Amino acid sequence: MNWLPQIFRRRKLYDDLSEEIRLHIEERVEQLIREGMSPKEAAQVARRAFGNRTLLEERSREVWQWPTLESMCADVRFAWRQLRRSPGFTVAAIVTLALAIGANAVVFSVMNAFILRPLNVPDPESLYALQHGDAASGYLSYPNYLDLRDRNRSFTDLAAYNAVMAGIDSGDKPSIEWGEDTSGNYLDALGIQPFLGRFFHASDEHGPNSAPYIVLSYSFWHTHFQDDRSVVGRVVRLNGHPFTVIGVGPPQFHGTLLFFNPAFFVPMVERPLLAGADLNARGEDTVFETLGHLKPGVTQEQAVADLNSIGAGLQKVYPKDVSKLTFVLRRPSLYGDYLGRPVRAFMAGLMLLTGLILLAACANLGSLFAARAADRSREVALRLALGSSRKRILRGLFTEAILISLAGGGVGLLGSVALLRALSAWQPIPSFPIHLEVNPDAKVYAVAVLLALASGLLFGAVPVRQVLRTNPYEVVKAGNGASAGKRLGARDVLLVVQIAICAVLVTSSLVAVRGLMRSLHAHFGFDIENIMLAETDLSAAGYKDDRAPAMQKRMIEAMRALPGVESVGLADALPLSVNGDFDQPVFADQVSDLRTSNAAGDVRTYDVSPEYFHASGTALLSGRMFTAQDDKSSPRVAIVNQEFARKLFGSATAAIGGMYKLKDGARIQVVGIAEDGKYSSLTEDPMPTMFFPILQTPSTSTILIVRMRSSAGEASYNLAASMRNALKDLDAGLPVTIETRDKPLDSTLFGPRIATIALGVLGMMGAMLSITGIFGMAAYSVSKRLKELGIRVALGAQRKQVLQAALGRPLRLLAIGSAAGLILGLLATRVLAFIVYQATPRDPLVLAGVLIAMALLGLVATWIPARRALLVNPIILLRED
Amino acid sequence: MPEVNRPMTDNASRDLFPGALEMMILESLRRQPAHGYALVQHIQQRSNNLLQVEEGSLYPALQRLLKAKLVKAEWGVSTTNRRVRTYQITASGLRHLEQQISSFERMFEGIALVLNPGKSPAN
Repeated sequence: MNWLPQIFRRRKLYDDLSEEIRLHIEERVEQLIREGMSPKEAAQVARRAFGNRTLLEERSREVWQWPTLESMCADVRFAWRQLRRSPGFTVAAIVTLALAIGANAVVFSVMNAFILRPLNVPDPESLYALQHGDAASGYLSYPNYLDLRDRNRSFTDLAAYNAVMAGIDSGDKPSIEWGEDTSGNYLDALGIQPFLGRFFHASDEHGPNSAPYIVLSYSFWHTHFQDDRSVVGRVVRLNGHPFTVIGVGPPQFHGTLLFFNPAFFVPMVERPLLAGADLNARGEDTVFETLGHLKPGVTQEQAVADLNSIGAGLQKVYPKDVSKLTFVLRRPSLYGDYLGRPVRAFMAGLMLLTGLILLAACANLGSLFAARAADRSREVALRLALGSSRKRILRGLFTEAILISLAGGGVGLLGSVALLRALSAWQPIPSFPIHLEVNPDAKVYAVAVLLALASGLLFGAVPVRQVLRTNPYEVVKAGNGASAGKRLGARDVLLVVQIAICAVLVTSSLVAVRGLMRSLHAHFGFDIENIMLAETDLSAAGYKDDRAPAMQKRMIEAMRALPGVESVGLADALPLSVNGDFDQPVFADQVSDLRTSNAAGDVRTYDVSPEYFHASGTALLSGRMFTAQDDKSSPRVAIVNQEFARKLFGSATAAIGGMYKLKDGARIQVVGIAEDGKYSSLTEDPMPTMFFPILQTPSTSTILIVRMRSSAGEASYNLAASMRNALKDLDAGLPVTIETRDKPLDSTLFGPRIATIALGVLGMMGAMLSITGIFGMAAYSVSKRLKELGIRVALGAQRKQVLQAALGRPLRLLAIGSAAGLILGLLATRVLAFIVYQATPRDPLVLAGVLIAMALLGLVATWIPARRALLVNPIILLRED
Repeated sequence: MPEVNRPMTDNASRDLFPGALEMMILESLRRQPAHGYALVQHIQQRSNNLLQVEEGSLYPALQRLLKAKLVKAEWGVSTTNRRVRTYQITASGLRHLEQQISSFERMFEGIALVLNPGKSPAN
């Protein structure tokens, strides 16, 4: 159909027509005058002979008008009138769809932000990160990174970075911030331009601690320096060391790790100063991730082969420090597969579930529409009898469906935009700068509108067969509703499918919620109740070497003196917190060749004070505690957990008194066995862990674990304040974070919580959908059979029998659907167990919960129809016909 | 009623059956191209003024034929030196006309049989 040029040609067509008609009449007039009429008379006769000029011209023009467009407007107007006539139906349909489309828009938007949208740097397509071939991580030692950078022929430049936490002091209020220490070429390799000042470059690096420059991220500059442009050139103190602010990054740049929002960038050569790393140690993992742009024309395979050959060379030259070194290329934004795989799996699962919600909503609306079409079968029949085409009637129904889908899609999209805005501003982990940029873009809008239209067509198509089959004669003759019973087949199936989907969602959300609840009350190998933490890094206030342990001792004593305090422990890191994951290889005592490949395993390490175990509530199963005598002058000792003992010594009894070695050759004697716990995630398998006395391995990282007496009562409310005051009295320049023990858990519980919230919301939506679905079905079934019910009542049927007749079918369908959904849901929750701790479907409470929930849903949904059925008044009903 | 009340555009004149006017126009144009006024004259003369066609009703029919590409129109100057829009039948117009005539003949045959049961039109 070439309607497009026609629209533009129409003006000319109409003009031609008018001119032609004018000329026609003119010719006639001339003819008549020639035949002897007066001009006035001739004009009159000519006009009469021509007929109604306006009407004829209009009809001629109509030929060219676009019938589809115009009758479409008429369809829309008609559909609008129809929908306004049944506001309940319309609102229910729009709300149902708005929920479903909104959920899909939110999930798609998040998926878009995390997975689909490339990193916000120039040429993100050719930017790859190095990931180990045998593990989902990218850690490298600094010397290995340098060799890879200098020897590879595949990347335009290889840059590296690590995350570093440092106390920043710009004169007024010191704070501890997360930043990135990067290779000198990092910002240049990414092609980032400074917003203010300049960046540091590879040429600024001349060995360790040679480039004391700091580049601030835009958001940190904005919040901490109030957009002060004179900050460039100023000197700030990082952990007490002077660094010159040389520039500010561009607003949209947040490093190359998607969730991380670093406050600053410093050259990696400053890492020894800030984090005590040894850049020359080939066995020490100082680089978190290495990344670069592939050279044009170089394929991923070529680059991997190139890197692997360098890795093999390094292993040959440094067998002691370099174990097998192979690589694969991954996207840097989610740290390769480490976050990428779970995030992708989770998002795919979530997308699937929201897709199911939309499908359930469509099934719901489809049966509503089918019921509506059946209710209107008389009207349809009348229109058919009066000569309307079936096509035309279907078009009317589809117009209604599309109107509803667009309205629902619009409302849903508005809601999702609001939700996404809030999500983007969310800081889920207090002590860690999270950046979730999930604002919707054009792609999200397009997907939402397409989904809305597609679902409109989908549920609009449900009553098609019904209309096509309508025999006007039969319907008009038989009266309303006589033929309704046999057409319920398709709708029955729809309802069962919908209820099953909803039961799946309800089941999995219950499993997740229950798992999370249990995981919050499980024992992690330490207590959560009655414990406060004070966290700081002494190097931020300039304490080093021997001054640090002395200061720590004073801090412990100050805490212990506070009222209500039972005991005070000290550690350099805590299990289940962001910065609590330092692993190192250990070796059996008889091993003399201490290369990494000979290690018995990587072991989580904590340096703790003697009182740590009591203060944090970690049980010592056998052996002895550390004492104040376990210091640098005495032989090195360790307390290990059960898993460590089992793995290295076979059993706890064999482990006591046993010896093992660290990578630097130090021999350690096991003096005690502590209970197993959770260290980096709630879903992890038991991990070998060791505790060293902090006096033997001093650290400036300081966490005070302050245990309150459970009977402390009043005093505990003020404990945080009195802790802050006591520490301020010791040193006012020390940046301290004071929080309850469960706070650091937020980061560990982030994933499970998100999963639970998402599933909870989806479960609620599923429940709402099944309510409307069953309600629609029951209400329809009652209203269809009102007359029959009336007759039954008139003939003496009991209430029970009436209810059975009216609601038996919807309730049977509910039972079938719930059973199917429960089984499917239990199968699906096996997947959940990977994300949510202790998410097991074999939980009687969950099973009972699902059954009760579905039964309640049935009750709520059939309440109104049931009342209507019971209040049937046969006299009134029968009088109607 | 939900149906929009659209004018019955298919029927040019109540006195003629649907498509009759178009058929006559096409037949006239097959003989020679003409402008609207000449077409009316021609049809009225040929029918010995038996068919009282409203002159104006020609134009919606012509527009329909134009749209269906059965005829084409061109502005020009007539032999009497008037500015006229001359219509010409197209190839598909010719085909259409032939189909119409044959189906019309069949219909006419049928009507004749019903009206005159004794006579066979074949004779």
